[in-house]
Amino acid sequence: MTEEESRDIIIENYLHPTNRNKTHEGYQSVNTKNESCIDNINLYIKWNEDKIEDIAFDGEACAVSISSTSIMIKNLIGKSAKEALDYINEFYQMTSGEEYNKDLLKDAVVYDAISKQGNRKVCANLPLKGMERAILEHLK
Amino acid sequence: MNREDFPLLSEEIIYFDNSATSLKPKCVIDKMNDYYLNYPANAHRGDYDLSYKVDKEYEETRELVRDFIHAEHLEEIVFTSGTTESLNMIADGFFKNLLEENDEVLITTSEHASNVLPWFRLVKTNSIKVNYIPLDSNYYVTVDNVKKAITPNTKVISLAGITNVIGDIRPIKEICKLAHEQNIFVVLDGAQMLPHMNVDVKDLDVDFLAFSAHKMCGPTGVGVLYGKKELLEHLEPITLGGGMNESFDNPLEVYLKELPTRLEAGTRNIAGVIGFGETIKYLNKIGMDKIHKYELDLRKYLIDKLIPLKHIDIINIESDSGIVTFNVANVFSQDVAYFLNKYNICVRAGNHCAKILKSSVGVNNTVRVSLYFYNTYEEIDNLVELLSDYDKIVKEMI
Repeated sequence: MTEEESRDIIIENYLHPTNRNKTHEGYQSVNTKNESCIDNINLYIKWNEDKIEDIAFDGEACAVSISSTSIMIKNLIGKSAKEALDYINEFYQMTSGEEYNKDLLKDAVVYDAISKQGNRKVCANLPLKGMERAILEHLK
Repeated sequence: MNREDFPLLSEEIIYFDNSATSLKPKCVIDKMNDYYLNYPANAHRGDYDLSYKVDKEYEETRELVRDFIHAEHLEEIVFTSGTTESLNMIADGFFKNLLEENDEVLITTSEHASNVLPWFRLVKTNSIKVNYIPLDSNYYVTVDNVKKAITPNTKVISLAGITNVIGDIRPIKEICKLAHEQNIFVVLDGAQMLPHMNVDVKDLDVDFLAFSAHKMCGPTGVGVLYGKKELLEHLEPITLGGGMNESFDNPLEVYLKELPTRLEAGTRNIAGVIGFGETIKYLNKIGMDKIHKYELDLRKYLIDKLIPLKHIDIINIESDSGIVTFNVANVFSQDVAYFLNKYNICVRAGNHCAKILKSSVGVNNTVRVSLYFYNTYEEIDNLVELLSDYDKIVKEMI
């Protein structure tokens, strides 16, 4: 994927994010924010036993965080808790500059390059951190 | 003006985050290096030449600060680590012993966290109330609104002289007059004021003043607590230890030194204080009135160029300082800051530590450009050229 194609996907997901401000009555909720910047996102998850049926979100954050949330939501709906944790780990592998499974991450690979730009890595990881916490809480 | 004094400005960088901290001129850095290299002894301790020189330089800064803010007595000048520590000392060392249940402290929603949280703590410990002076449609404080906010229980009014988001200059002299007629104390948070204009504590008649060196071309970790002598005498030291005690034999016989030494426990930031002295000399040489006027001219130039840009929403079109706060339509403030950073322009994005301002302005986060005397019209042209191109901002914000 070229740099321009990556940017287009990020901007599209920032301007038209998946499930932003969608009703979420009865969903599990978790807040995720970065201490080093002003990103602040609430995630809402609907479970069917250990399967993720739906995810919604609201909050304020930068283009990288919002788009990363949008892409994560698209990629995790329908996955089991374990599959979602595997996805999250692969994402962390990518943003840490390690080997990772491109097929599993699908269009989330757009953050491969961006995570090397200073503290943009924490922006990309932000929704994943919140989701990881929500899944572990759900599995308790 | 005076750009040649700042080594960093010879690089391709445009620094517009002066409300967060300012750049340091070479003469200040040289002064501090001179201390570390040539007479790095402790103050108030030794009977040898090096230590004597430290004492002399350290106390000379106190005299320079006294003169700079037009205070009457040297003992009224206490060196702290910065505005935050000064305000905490005022709240915890003085007002904690004075305020009782249901006494009121008046602040506003645009105060910096440092002028909010120490008072919030007294709500918990002393059961006082913190109330807010309403802001007008420009987010200004008017004397009329202060009048309306005062109740028989009001004991303290604590305000920033210039706020760090809106940049308005508060009518402190009139507020002090009004407050003192009703036996109300006035605390002035001068962090954004002292770097940019002449401040005369006697003319304003403030009871306490707090400010930092680092926002006015001085070193980090140095600030000032000013208090009227008769009040400062009753400010209890929060920090006890070396340097500030006269003698101690047992817990019941602890004797402290006179002002200001008893409020300066431990080894202070000596290099910083000495560097701060040089800073004041430097600012005096340029002239505070000249600095203030230049910043206002620069601000007007920027505002006039931003107003025609339809995608820019300016929060504070009117303001008497060098602070311009705005948002770009549909672009998160942090993304605007990232975009400008690609062109070596430093601006601040966020809530600027004024978290409760949101309730008045209705906006959580903004981009802030804060100017100082070394900024230029050409730098503003560069900024405006970039901000004019909305498509470019959106394309390059990541």
